[in-house]
Amino acid sequence: MAGALINVPERAKRGEIVEIKTLISHPMETGYRRSQTGARVGRDIIRLFVCTYNGTEVFRAELYPAIAANPFIVFSTIATESGTLAFQWSGDNGFSVTESATIAVD
Amino acid sequence: MAASGSAPPSPRRVVGVVGVLIVMAVSAFAGEIPRAERRSGYELMSPETRAMQDDDTANPGMLWVLEGEALWNRKIGAAGRACADCHGDARATMKGVAARHPAFDAARGRPITLEQRIGACRVDRQQAPPLAHESRELLALTAYVARQSRGLPIDVTIDARTQPFLDAGRATFHRRQGQLNLACSQCHDDHWGRQLAGNVIPQAHPTGYPIYRLEWQAVGSLERRLRNCLVGIRAEPYEYGAPALVDLELYLMSRAAGMKMDAPAVRP
Amino acid sequence: MPVHPSRREFLQATGGVAAVLAAGMVISVTPARATSAAMDEAVRRVVGPARVGKGRVKLELPPLSENGNTVPLTVSVESPMTPAEYVKAIHVFTELNPQPEVASFRLGPRAGRARVATRIRLATTQTVTAVTELSDGSFWSDTAAVVVTLAACLEDA
Repeated sequence: MAGALINVPERAKRGEIVEIKTLISHPMETGYRRSQTGARVGRDIIRLFVCTYNGTEVFRAELYPAIAANPFIVFSTIATESGTLAFQWSGDNGFSVTESATIAVD
Repeated sequence: MAASGSAPPSPRRVVGVVGVLIVMAVSAFAGEIPRAERRSGYELMSPETRAMQDDDTANPGMLWVLEGEALWNRKIGAAGRACADCHGDARATMKGVAARHPAFDAARGRPITLEQRIGACRVDRQQAPPLAHESRELLALTAYVARQSRGLPIDVTIDARTQPFLDAGRATFHRRQGQLNLACSQCHDDHWGRQLAGNVIPQAHPTGYPIYRLEWQAVGSLERRLRNCLVGIRAEPYEYGAPALVDLELYLMSRAAGMKMDAPAVRP
Repeated sequence: MPVHPSRREFLQATGGVAAVLAAGMVISVTPARATSAAMDEAVRRVVGPARVGKGRVKLELPPLSENGNTVPLTVSVESPMTPAEYVKAIHVFTELNPQPEVASFRLGPRAGRARVATRIRLATTQTVTAVTELSDGSFWSDTAAVVVTLAACLEDA
């Protein structure tokens, strides 16, 4: 069950820089650990995070095993128009989660 | 140092604990922490870790709370019942519940933890399969319920019924255990605030459970943390749900009576 | 008993600590670990033949981490962030983790501000490097040193 917490202001002034915080549930298994039998525990991480604003990509993060579990990413974008911010996380073993938030821009 | 076990303790841990033992050898026994000097583990953390806890959208423990909220509203079991069907809106009905646990359970004739209470409801009222210790679901529900006590003072009931269990828990807290022959009180009453390995020793008040422990990279219960402590002093950890652990939990909550709950806390 | 990620595995892998764990836990054989050379190579792959200047970018990390599993990191770059002059990307690397890459953030003028934050894992005390690529094709870097210690009272014996 991958939950995500997103912090986006509900409204902003046109041209204002808004800070977006995202937190998603994921173990980010590095692939470097060994189990108690000595066998390698396979890598299972989120590799990509993309944010689009009314369909246009405004931010992208490529993640590696050194990103801590339950990845937390903070970034910003200019409030250009009212609409939808969509967030997509994808990674190993077909992991894919999409969340969205609306923003009202005056 | 009385070492009675077979395997030698790990060198890195010995380095850390020998340091503490040297400190103990030269300082006097301090006794229980006076009420006015009680401080939450929160205050001993770095500003960065505190910031992680303070923001609900940055606190990884809130991911479990979010999950718990979904589980609270889900109908399950042969009874086809959700927690919400009996308990309504947790924001109202669960206020203060975590702050009062462990609480005496007449059916069992002894205090039980919040986890055990949720587990019992699950089996008896929802007629669903029991939840495993430290399972994602049980932790999510516990985190959701505990979140509703945030800001409230710890208020476990100590009366004629719970007193004997409190006494047993206190005795455990003061008993030397394990290959390192240490009692909880030696670190957490006498040497809180000092460094042990990479962290500052807290006073061990369970105000924030279940916590997101950075070391686990996940949310876990007080029992899990206590088992880590026992491993730390090279003692055999009590089993999950063991009376010794629950009694100890009751003592720790009683020792922290009046301190504000801050679940889900972030701790190193 | 759940098995959880811990720096002990990294440290075992890097041979940095000769830790004898209780019976039942395997000490893993040492695989290759990232070195400064591996990090330099990873930076080269991103930067190509361009020169990497010092300045413009600021990397913030706590000098002493509470726990190596989760170390808060912030990178910011001085830039007007206009279509004419903006930050294209910010890359983060470590020196002594099993692999040098940590993350690559792709920005652009729509970011408004060149500032990203996340939480990273550090296997041991080491230096972290941030490299930024600007719209004019130039590269700039900053480094920060972090002390990483082991926590007390761990999961497994």
